Amino acid sequence: MFFLGGTVVFFLVFLVLSANTLSSGIPRQTHADKVSQAVIDGKILFDENNCMGCHTILGEGAYYAPELTKVVDRRGAGFIKAVLTSKQPWTLSGRKMVAYGFNDKEASDLIAFFTWIGEIDLNGFPPEPDLKK
Amino acid sequence: MKYKSQKVAYMFFALSIVLLLLQIVYGFIMGFAHAGFDGLHDFIPFNTATATHKNLLVVWLLSGFMGAAYYIIPEESQRELVSVPLAKLQFWSLAAVGVTAVIGFHFNWWEGRKFLEIPRPLDYLVVVNVLLFLGIILVTLFKGKEKTTTAMVLAMGLFFAALLYLPGMVWFDNQSVDSFFRWWVVHLWVEGVWELIMGGILAFLLIKLTGVDRELIEKWLYVIVGLTFLSGILGTGHHYYYIGAPKYWLMVGGIFSALEPLAFLGMALFALAMYRKGEKNHPNKIALYWTLGSAIVSFAGAGLLGIAHTIPSVNIWTHGTLITAMHGHLAFWGAYAMIVIAIITYAMPLMTGRKLYDRPAAHYAFWLSNIGMIGMTTAFAAAGVAQVYLERKVGMSFMDAQKAIEVHFWILIGAATLFTIGIIYYAVNFFQHGLPTDEALVKE
Ligand code: HEC
Ligand code: HEM
Ligand code: HEM
Ligand SMILES: [Fe+2]
Repeated sequence: MFFLGGTVVFFLVFLVLSANTLSSGIPRQTHADKVSQAVIDGKILFDENNCMGCHTILGEGAYYAPELTKVVDRRGAGFIKAVLTSKQPWTLSGRKMVAYGFNDKEASDLIAFFTWIGEIDLNGFPPEPDLKK
Repeated sequence: MKYKSQKVAYMFFALSIVLLLLQIVYGFIMGFAHAGFDGLHDFIPFNTATATHKNLLVVWLLSGFMGAAYYIIPEESQRELVSVPLAKLQFWSLAAVGVTAVIGFHFNWWEGRKFLEIPRPLDYLVVVNVLLFLGIILVTLFKGKEKTTTAMVLAMGLFFAALLYLPGMVWFDNQSVDSFFRWWVVHLWVEGVWELIMGGILAFLLIKLTGVDRELIEKWLYVIVGLTFLSGILGTGHHYYYIGAPKYWLMVGGIFSALEPLAFLGMALFALAMYRKGEKNHPNKIALYWTLGSAIVSFAGAGLLGIAHTIPSVNIWTHGTLITAMHGHLAFWGAYAMIVIAIITYAMPLMTGRKLYDRPAAHYAFWLSNIGMIGMTTAFAAAGVAQVYLERKVGMSFMDAQKAIEVHFWILIGAATLFTIGIIYYAVNFFQHGLPTDEALVKE
């Protein structure tokens, strides 16, 4: 009985918190009003090509290629465009990306998506390297 | 074996073993790619390999759970399955969907959502397939003479697992919302309803293998199910710390997920206590090894290695690094892979009438695979700690840090080789049992 009651109570708490997260928390922290058509098209490309199968984004995905949450801050739009439009497998280090050879519109949609992602309030993730000299 | 229809379990078990072997192949492809050898890149890029590795894992575990249900439910409810032809149809459709999905991954046909890569049209087929499976199991259970707690927990786990597949089938424009619901599937599966499936199989095996009273075992089972839900539901919050969700999840997720290991501790203590109390005269010792092993290794992989990175102040450093892969391997292995192997090891001699459990190969399989997996976990741990330190603490770029930790992937490959030899021993021993036969039926 204790377990059943506890489960029901915690389940309800979970639903209430989830409803709050979805209705106000996430929209505020992700600036949902800035999700433009370009951002959505970028996300569709990101999804259809399973970029998460090599990269992480918001810290989720595979651990083979750079975290993309702050990629716009780190690299700038021009660099990213070069990566995305490259006809050869992109590599600086020897580890290869798939050569997608995206056109200009596709590249700029993905950049819009990364720009939006980069502005999300992630409660402090990714942390500042605290041992950096 | 007491009922003829239990034999269908064999097909599911065989599929499990074959897909496990295939999963390992893709694991090696990724291991070598991490070590700097991505020669297959043009044909099997890393994202194809990883989607295949993870989905084969999920499909072979589900196939194992289904086989377990087809074996356990008739025995517990004391009647034949309601329909063997339908169960066979369900088997072939499961195999067909699985194979189609995996082939699709090689042709850029998928959804880019970790663990849920199966594309939408196939999702609908999965739903039909699982409904058929649940129909057969539930009708059998309700027409049966007995509704034991063990059978009910197993059936409930399977039912909720099916229900929780649905939130993974909706498209969201907002990446954070997408991630939010992805965890309703992934987390509430492995740290919720799959634990019921594991608990049900574990209870069944302990009843059979130790001879301890069902009543006592089912009391424990009840407590474990309770602990799972009390901690696991709000524990979902440990995935909501850093994805654009509110800060209160740091508190809620931190506290409740830190309690989740209790359910796994419960299972380990329970299995050991029953073992001590039991008669120890069941001849299939190796099945008991896998059963106890599962309870113990799941506590290590899910419980200890889970709590190692679930506290928000730790997770902010380790989130999305190889530390997660370290935990993912040992947790999946201990909790779900080993329990599936345990039920297969228990059931095969009874279905085929061939008592191959004393063979050295059966013992090599157990020890090599476990030692190998612990070695792999250690290699991921070393790589993960170094990655966190170099990339997150010192501020080295991602790729520079990856170059620096390449060596750990050679260790990973070495340990994975031991693991694989163990699994090959297991597979050979499995297929040497031959096919199940009615001659193995026993009256009790
Ligand atoms: C086969 C694995 C793989 C896939 C799939 C993949 N990438 Fe990459 N990507 C890489 C690797 C590896 C690098 C880093 C190469 C280097 O710097 O040596 C990279 C680099 C990048 C960079 C530059 C990051 C930086 O900090 O230098 C961006 C942006 C990027 N990828 C976007 C994408 C997008 C968008 C997709 C999906 C359409 C994608 N990637 C799919 C492997 C992959
Ligand atoms: C024996 C050979 C194996 C090797 C070499 C291997 C290697 C790997 C590698 C390199 C990754 C990718 C990490 C990344 O994203 O960069 C991975 C992911 C994964 N593997 Fe394996 N693996 C093997 C077997 C297994 C087994 C038996 C299981 C399950 C019991 C398993 C479960 C997983 C899981 C769950 C992930 C995703 C982890 C995460 O993203 O956190 N693997 N594996
Ligand atoms: C058998 C049970 C478990 C299995 C199979 C399992 C498996 C996994 C896998 C595969 C992931 C990566 C998921 C993804 O990125 O999509 C993961 C993440 C995680 N798990 Fe578990 N887990 C289990 C239990 C636990 C428990 C009990 C805890 C806590 C005590 C825990 C804590 C975590 C945390 C904190 C993460 C997020 C890591 C990150 O931020 O990158 N897990 N788990
Ligand atoms: Fe979780």
